[in-house]
Amino acid sequence: MTDTPLHLIRNFAIIAHIDHGKSTLADRLIQATGALSAREMKDQVLDNMEIERERGITIKAQTVRLSYRAKDGNTYVLNLMDTPGHVDFAYEVSRSLAACEGSLLVVDASQGVEAQTLANVYQAIEAGHEIVPVLNKIDLPAAEPERVKQQIEDVIGLSAEDAVMISAKTGLNIEGVLEAIVTRLPPPKGEAEAPLKALLVDSWYDSYLGVVVLVRVADGRLRKGQRIRMMSTGAVHTIEQVGVFTPKMAQVEDLGPGEVGYITAAIKTVADTKVGDTITDDRTPAAEPLPGFKPSVPVVWCGLYPVDADDFEKLRDSLAKLRLNDASFHYEPETSAALGFGFRCGFLGLLHLEIVQERLSREFGLELIATAPSVVYKITKTNGERMDLHNPADMPDMSVVKAIEEPWIKATILVPDEHLGAVLTLCNERRGQQVELTYVGNRAMAVYRLPLNEVVFDFYDRLKSVSRGYASFDYQMDGYAESDLVKISILVNGEPVDALAFMAHRSQAEKRGRAICEKLKELIPRQLFKIPIQAAIGGRIIARETISALAKDVTAKCYGGDITRKRKLLEKQKEGKKRMRQFGKVEIPQSAFIAALKMDA
Amino acid sequence: MTEEPLALYIHWPFCAAKCPYCDFNSHVRERVDGARFARALLAELEHEAARAGRRRLASIFFGGGTPSLMDPDDVAALIARARALFDAEPSLEVTLEANPTSVERGRLAALRAAGVNRVSLGVQALDDSALRFLGRRHGAADAVAALEAARALFPRISFDLIYARPGQTEAAWRAELRQALALVADHLSLYQLTIEEGTRFATLYARGAFALPDPDTAARLYDATAEEAARAGLFPYEVSNYAVPGAESRHNLAYWRYGDHLGIGPGAHQRVLRAEGMEALRRHRGPEEWLARVERDGHGTASAEWLTPEERGREALLMGLRLAEGVDPARIAARSGLPFEALLDSAVLARALEEGYLAWTGGRLATTPEGRVRLDALLPALLR
Ligand SMILES: Nc1nc2c(ncn2[C@@H]2O[C@H](COP(=O)(O)OP(=O)(O)O)[C@@H](O)[C@H]2O)c(=O)[nH]1
Ligand SMILES: C[S@@+](CC[C@H](N)C(=O)[O-])C[C@H]1O[C@@H](n2cnc3c(N)ncnc32)[C@H](O)[C@@H]1O
Ligand code: SF4
Ligand SMILES: [Mg+2]
Repeated sequence: MTDTPLHLIRNFAIIAHIDHGKSTLADRLIQATGALSAREMKDQVLDNMEIERERGITIKAQTVRLSYRAKDGNTYVLNLMDTPGHVDFAYEVSRSLAACEGSLLVVDASQGVEAQTLANVYQAIEAGHEIVPVLNKIDLPAAEPERVKQQIEDVIGLSAEDAVMISAKTGLNIEGVLEAIVTRLPPPKGEAEAPLKALLVDSWYDSYLGVVVLVRVADGRLRKGQRIRMMSTGAVHTIEQVGVFTPKMAQVEDLGPGEVGYITAAIKTVADTKVGDTITDDRTPAAEPLPGFKPSVPVVWCGLYPVDADDFEKLRDSLAKLRLNDASFHYEPETSAALGFGFRCGFLGLLHLEIVQERLSREFGLELIATAPSVVYKITKTNGERMDLHNPADMPDMSVVKAIEEPWIKATILVPDEHLGAVLTLCNERRGQQVELTYVGNRAMAVYRLPLNEVVFDFYDRLKSVSRGYASFDYQMDGYAESDLVKISILVNGEPVDALAFMAHRSQAEKRGRAICEKLKELIPRQLFKIPIQAAIGGRIIARETISALAKDVTAKCYGGDITRKRKLLEKQKEGKKRMRQFGKVEIPQSAFIAALKMDA
Repeated sequence: MTEEPLALYIHWPFCAAKCPYCDFNSHVRERVDGARFARALLAELEHEAARAGRRRLASIFFGGGTPSLMDPDDVAALIARARALFDAEPSLEVTLEANPTSVERGRLAALRAAGVNRVSLGVQALDDSALRFLGRRHGAADAVAALEAARALFPRISFDLIYARPGQTEAAWRAELRQALALVADHLSLYQLTIEEGTRFATLYARGAFALPDPDTAARLYDATAEEAARAGLFPYEVSNYAVPGAESRHNLAYWRYGDHLGIGPGAHQRVLRAEGMEALRRHRGPEEWLARVERDGHGTASAEWLTPEERGREALLMGLRLAEGVDPARIAARSGLPFEALLDSAVLARALEEGYLAWTGGRLATTPEGRVRLDALLPALLR
């Protein structure tokens, strides 16, 4: 099983825009090769997590080893890497691609090329992949395979003449896909006798096996009992299990060059495994590691606080458990005057943030308050010191700040012509700089540089609404640039509420300050005293609203028979107050606070 | 400290019909064995008098329910017995709540003869359609007639009105109130309509059958009420009670000043400061259950507990701050057993003083009209 000669191995990824049929095609390939019996088969088998299945998105890269008897009479080992389908996880896509030699580019024949199609295909080209275009959903009456082929050639510059036309849903021409994999994608290269070099593709925590490491062997062999060394850290482990995914985990004797599989080696936490690292043999180590890839860095940060302060420990434990399985997610303890004890957490993007939050509430039963997401700013102080700012509340006084840099992205947006105007207006409002504006068939493709800060809030939602859902969007990080940024503090009743502070470009400061003050005025119910709500840059107030005092709140009748009831009610109210967050002596109901943080700042 | 005089509350739990807004302990029965209930009230009075010892008595209040439906002889017997068991002050105030139907109007003379010297009439509105909405069994003309009859008989009269009714404008309320003030009483209880849990109005309101004025309108109506009353020489001495100075309800003042009061009858509450502390006592609510217990045990007490000093402080303040006269720190300390300062959040106190919700006058802490109208919001923050 493992002595597969290199020429009978194909490692490939499937890349596609979301909903173009990647998971469905994976299902068909698994079925067609008999990897799972009909009874074991369910839709989107590779989407393991509940959230993945529910949202129809793939979060974690998945892999499966298929065995295919081709028309040439040979039986091939096909290692399929299913990649995540969302920009937040673009990084995971890149590492899956690093473990393969070729990609199937799935394009929905009724939709055509979308933003993610482009982003992913460029990544595959960069990874040196051979690419086979696959036109999916040709069963749909709206399918226009010829037009889409033309698009692929025009926009991507890839020959689509031999594109494989399929319907993943009905199973039409799955054989054609398998044959294309075997005949058009290259086999891996590698030396069985050379010192071991295996790429650490991913790792996760399994409650039975401990840390499971997904590897792709370049040279040499991985065997049970072998002492391996992580080349970046020098840590040494003894392999307990070697196996492949069929997609069930199945142990094998060893893994040779070109193969994809897993090992376990009594590794305690995923933090001990560095994705992109090279694994070698401890006794006969390789001289040079594989190229590897940069570690993922969180680009969006926010504070997570338990609604009930007593849940702090539980939150800590839950974060630790999540982190076991998601090394791209970071957290560190943080305290807020307004919210108490919590954690500052770093994510790959907004979807990642949402997913972690959802898992915390769903799998761990935690009720959380999340502060507004912030990107990472690079601050240079007047004394030359540099710092990364993850939380606007930590912004040093402007008098000691020499420069602030903010992260930018390069965004690709595809949109039908009639909505282009609205999309361009949106990008310009968000301080976008147009890089390119061309046409892909009858749709416009706008490439923009945008500050990430302008995107993390509600850019997706706005984009969807201004384009009536027709725009597709993808982005990649595009470096840092100095910018005229200011910290806006929100003062409730004269006291700054740290959790509401945010960064904005000076040109937007007043507008945003006013918007949040107005919103808070709406959200905070009238109270005993009138409450000023202010937005300030340093000591300068840039916006102000006042919540007037409530007009009347007194029990009309209160006699001897009412004393007990009234006192008990009062005691209950006092108890309830204790659980409310105090902001400058003002109780803001949980719901209002959450709504304030959710809003478009 | 000389022991303060007692206030005595006697509850009559029956009504001819249940009003849709009312959550008082009132019940409608086809037949009421009035004499038997009166005997039980007397028995419970004996029981409490024995526990209280011989003390001075400042007021008696017959509340309900509809005590004007009692047999005046029973009322007379209860008053006489109370006078015998306690040292009645010469100024003893004996109030009885009366509904202004023609039936009850006919008994006013007998009630006066029984020893009642003050009536509180449940007029509720001077508008027939409003009275129908409130489910009352009398019209505006009945109310006026009852008031006139009462005026001829009783040295002191008060009546109740309910305002901030659905659709009621400020102008309409001012007109109605002026009409009421012209009927010359020295005391008025003017209540904003409240939707009480478990009432028929609560169901209707939840269903959207009618709407109530919003807080801003209610606040305006409240201000208008004080203005109109002041024009007739009546001043708000409590959130909803207006009187010509000197004509305040002595009995109700005892509650608001957190004084000792006995409570006799179904659902009645009692507070008496004894050597052991403040006793809080409550009677069984169900008239029949209460009756059975009194007949068996001599009293219908459902629960009796000693309040903690903190609870006493809260009760004293939540009642006392309803009064325009406010509270005397020394008295609050004496009634609660804690220093006055220990009962209040000093930061909130300072802010409320600054905001003009509270004021110190002559060594007393009182709510201003601005503070009184927001008292329910102030208390949870102010009290510790
Ligand atoms: N009509 C039709 N629908 C398809 C086909 N392939 C996938 N779909 C549907 O398209 C949607 C998205 O498919 P999925 O595999 O989850 O896409 P992914 O987001 O790329 O993984 C699902 O509702 C599928 O049932 C196809 O060939 N024809
Ligand atoms: C015990 S009741 C009066 C008794 C007497 N049975 C009567 O109805 O006239 C005391 C007063 O409280 C007022 N009241 C009762 N329920 C009320 C409510 N839900 N809202 C406002 N005032 C109310 C009425 O004015 C009523 O007269
Ligand atoms: S308002 Fe008076 S008459 Fe009406 S039910 Fe209540 S106690 Fe009885
Ligand atoms: Mg999918």
